[in-house]
Amino acid sequence: MLKKFNLKYKPYGENGILIEWPNIISKNILDNISLFVTKLELEKPKFIQEFNYVYSSLLIIYNSKVINFQTIKTELESYYNSIKLSDNKAQTNCWEIPVCYDENFGIDLPEMCQTLNLTADKIIDLHSTGFYKVYGYGFLPGFLYLGGLPKAIHFPRKNIPRLHVFEGAVAIGGSQTGIYPQDSPGGWNIIGKTPIKLFDINNQKQLGIIQIGDLVKFKSVTISEFNFLSEQIEQRKYFLKKYEL
Amino acid sequence: MIEVIKAGMFSTIQDLGRFGYRKYGVPVSGAMDKISAGLANALLDNDSNDAVMEITMSGPKLRFTKETLIAISGANMQPMLNGNSILNNKVTAIAAGDILEFGKLINGLRCYLAVLGGFKTPICLESRSFYKNITIANQIKAGDSLLFQPAYNISSKKGYLKSVQFLFESIDIEVFKGPEYDKFSSKEIKKILDANLTISNHNNRMGYRLNEHIITHNKSMLTSPVLPGTVQITPNGNLVILMQDAQTTGGYPRIFQLTKKSMSIVAQKKTGDNLNFKLVHQL
Repeated sequence: MLKKFNLKYKPYGENGILIEWPNIISKNILDNISLFVTKLELEKPKFIQEFNYVYSSLLIIYNSKVINFQTIKTELESYYNSIKLSDNKAQTNCWEIPVCYDENFGIDLPEMCQTLNLTADKIIDLHSTGFYKVYGYGFLPGFLYLGGLPKAIHFPRKNIPRLHVFEGAVAIGGSQTGIYPQDSPGGWNIIGKTPIKLFDINNQKQLGIIQIGDLVKFKSVTISEFNFLSEQIEQRKYFLKKYEL
Repeated sequence: MIEVIKAGMFSTIQDLGRFGYRKYGVPVSGAMDKISAGLANALLDNDSNDAVMEITMSGPKLRFTKETLIAISGANMQPMLNGNSILNNKVTAIAAGDILEFGKLINGLRCYLAVLGGFKTPICLESRSFYKNITIANQIKAGDSLLFQPAYNISSKKGYLKSVQFLFESIDIEVFKGPEYDKFSSKEIKKILDANLTISNHNNRMGYRLNEHIITHNKSMLTSPVLPGTVQITPNGNLVILMQDAQTTGGYPRIFQLTKKSMSIVAQKKTGDNLNFKLVHQL
């Protein structure tokens, strides 16, 4: 039997409806939202304009000219109640993200080593061993919210954010880890750099190739491997690799 | 074509926004004051999604290489055609070689320049709205050439609309309850609704931060979707109104949500301007 959660439906602006699952980070909750979204994408109700979801809430933007809040709420409830376990998405992919943790990129590693009393190799090992669940997109185009950072390398955000964090920076902020898809201000601790472009406007076919619910695994690469991969990516000869589970 | 001779402080091309990509973390963008952008387009019988130039604070100097019609709405920046004043909210005929420039900002903050048929700058992810890392440029600069629809049939339009004065005069910002409204006590809400608030110098297309810290709180929540017009409150009491280029997710309580009309009013406010939040109920 598929577990059904007690959902809260809230009006959010003139044509938005926010649907809330219990306010915790949980794989079961995320999978449940994904099932709901898959159902909606399949049924394509005309009143839905767009949506996004992260962790435990789903925002739906609707066409308020054709439907009002009460009606859309009823409609969505009935879609949710009609979800069956067999609607499950076929496949969860695991994506390998090469990261160069070289000291030229991992500029906050020395401070982390000192405070955590761990060697750089140990931090790198801890960061690149586990699998991270993709809990959503947000913050910047192509930014992934990843869950599963080992406790031993949780590290508080910087008190004063950097005005400039480079594109591809792999960083740790509190209990989260992530990749900056563009140059941006940011307060997370930078431990490495990936040559992968997570949001490449010149390669729109790759948009959203990493889906919410998928897994991500970091792979430590040397600086010469990094340079080689950068060239390959520049020439469109490199494609994101699936990690065989 | 329009040649940009001088850029002005900050001008961008905007349509209604970039829809369908918030699921990848792409901000919606689009005109900040949709009422004024819509007026400028309506004067020319343009489509409401036709791209206009959003001009902030001080205007550019532009040279038209082809004849067309234009309309300017929103903030009054003393527009001049070949050195002669022209009016906002009125259709103006343009001849090849004409030069449009702007004077001092009289009221509001943003004005909208529409051309017949709309600007034809490149479409990226189904929208012409400028946004860093998505469109090639994130603002216009001197030397740029901006394409617009060639005008095959310039009938003399005599359209004139009265300016929408409330956009510049109103300080009452209507808000609905936001998703976390109920997490605050009625006393806390009353304090915020009763407060005279002012716009800080941290205001741009991403968001407007207010100066006052009316209450503090220790309510935490998981990151969740946010919208333009959302009022977030940080634990130390910063109130931030998210605007068109805001990110798609946020982690601070969403106490209010502006009505669409109020978003246009806020978009015309600048550093130091006053506002009050007024709670309205959703139908």
